Amino acid sequence: MAVIARAKDASTSELKKKSLVPYFLLAPGLIWLSLFFVAPIITLVGTATKTPGAGIGEFVQTYRWANYWDAITGSAGQFGRSFLYATIATLIALAIAYPLAYGIAFKSGKYKNILLVLVVAPFFCSFILRTIAWKQILGQNGPVFRLLLDLHLATPMTHLTASPSAVIIGLAYNFLPFMTLPLYGSLERIDPRVLEASGDLYANAFTTFRRVTVPLSMPGVVAGTLLTFIPAAGDYVNAEILGNPSTKMIGNVINAQFLNTQDYPLAASLSFILMIIISVLVMVYIRKAGTEELV
Amino acid sequence: MPDASTSAKGDLKLSNLTKSYGDFKAVDDLTLTIPEGSFFALLGPSGCGKTTTLRMIAGLEEPTSGKISIGATDITDKRPYQRPVNTVFQNYALFPHLTIFENIAFGLRRRGVKDVKEQVEKVLNLVELPHLADRKPTQLSGGQQQRIAVARAIVNRPALLLLDEPLGALDLKLRRQMQIELKWIQTEVGLTFVHVTHDQEEAMTMADTIAVMNEGRIEQMGSPAELYDNPKTAFVANFLGQSNLIQGNIVDSDGDYHVVDLYGQKTKVLKNRTHSRNNSVLYAIRPEKLRIDTENHTRPGNRFTGGHIVDVSYIGVSTQYQVELPWGQEIMVFEQNDDGIPPLDKGDEVTLSWEPSFSFALDGAQDANAGSEVNPEAE
Repeated sequence: MAVIARAKDASTSELKKKSLVPYFLLAPGLIWLSLFFVAPIITLVGTATKTPGAGIGEFVQTYRWANYWDAITGSAGQFGRSFLYATIATLIALAIAYPLAYGIAFKSGKYKNILLVLVVAPFFCSFILRTIAWKQILGQNGPVFRLLLDLHLATPMTHLTASPSAVIIGLAYNFLPFMTLPLYGSLERIDPRVLEASGDLYANAFTTFRRVTVPLSMPGVVAGTLLTFIPAAGDYVNAEILGNPSTKMIGNVINAQFLNTQDYPLAASLSFILMIIISVLVMVYIRKAGTEELV
Repeated sequence: MPDASTSAKGDLKLSNLTKSYGDFKAVDDLTLTIPEGSFFALLGPSGCGKTTTLRMIAGLEEPTSGKISIGATDITDKRPYQRPVNTVFQNYALFPHLTIFENIAFGLRRRGVKDVKEQVEKVLNLVELPHLADRKPTQLSGGQQQRIAVARAIVNRPALLLLDEPLGALDLKLRRQMQIELKWIQTEVGLTFVHVTHDQEEAMTMADTIAVMNEGRIEQMGSPAELYDNPKTAFVANFLGQSNLIQGNIVDSDGDYHVVDLYGQKTKVLKNRTHSRNNSVLYAIRPEKLRIDTENHTRPGNRFTGGHIVDVSYIGVSTQYQVELPWGQEIMVFEQNDDGIPPLDKGDEVTLSWEPSFSFALDGAQDANAGSEVNPEAE
């Protein structure tokens, strides 16, 4: 009896000790998040309702909530453009990444690891540099434009850069790895026997793809589109380098308000609104995609 | 779109079927006819080519040469979805994103069947799981998934149902139960079942006909009783149950019997149970056919004298003895515990006797251990 009792004691104290471990493990992350995420957001919300004070560049807290409304009405066009560009870029990235991820997952054989390294290889070079490179590629002396000239699809007067399409191409290119990797992850997990079973049950290759492969890769599609859409919607580098004044996205406005005009309340309210809109869109999207059903 | 090939009926014929991977022949010139409506088992150790054969029948693997036909229809070059064949996969391969109902309806829908409800419900009742229609596969136990995998295949009423080690992932007790159930389902639906397994007991419980495969070829084919009672090769004798194989020579003839000399002791074996091209034989007797007695106790029939017990294992229904014979070879004896006499002890001097007609003789040029050193559980 005594032995059993002692054993029990030992195991409960063990349990108590163990139950603290998760908190220790969570602590660094929680501290990091509260310092660098929660605190800045509170400051951001606070700054958004300030109004100009007596001195230049001085703002006082007056709780002017109408700042938000002013921000929306003042930049409605840039908001709309941001989400439009981000949506188109996400769709293009999905169209390019799906076959790529599918090929790597199912058809690459011994080259699988090399191809995966190539997918992330662009990260070894600066984001800005790569975007500037696109300016060269699409520029008047670049290979794409020359090819279009030769094919009589362009005249020397037209140009590819400084246009909405250049911005969208840039966005789609820059976030392609974020689309490819989650897609690869979910495609790679599909049991090949399930695909064989589909063929065995009278489904041809296309029907198998539509009825089995695509539904089973949905978690990857959802993750990939979110990882592409969210940063693309807030991006300002592509519009800055590859666009023109009429392709400005909301990121460019926020950037300019913070760093050039230094209208902090306006910049803060724009940032906060952008965050809220993205959060709502993401929630609606996840609901619609029904990813919780998939596991 | 049920064209001629998806609705083909009749016997399955494999003609000179070969599958090579480089120099290695996984399946070597296999010719075989499986009659319509039978329960056929392909039995063999891992790597013997049984699964490759099954996958070629399903269309998941392309034969290097040879022909596969069902009835009069050649299906060798048909895609998997064009064949009147359905498979129960080793790990079931149920669609994780679909409900049980939709899993079973999958094949029917692909063939354009409009009203699937009645057929799906019927087959769910057959496997006794009608209450699980709305669940997802991950919410089911292994045994339940197994039955759904069978239901998903038989609902299509294929000319041929292929089962690839279907019970391999289940525990022993459930496996025994499913064996009986599968056999019952086969009788109920009357389809041709081709079952691949490495478990000899499973094959013997379920199949009408068993083909024992080894190194891409069929060693022997027949009913479970034929294969067990009259094996033609050392591989079959060792792979199906256990056999004591003793090297010897045919020295004389006595009516229907050959007289065989085994290290100086004369024994008999029926001529029609002797499968040797010359006088050198492996004399074979199953452990449960041997009777064990203390010295000087005599029984009619064949006899080995001068053995002594080196090991005794009492396992309830029987006692297993390991007996060393005068020439140093150890053989197994299974004695039923049905006479109330306490088991003999280690070291006891014993005489072994048996009915001559129970023994068989194999070609003496073979490896006496063929088929016994393979671990049937290894996959």
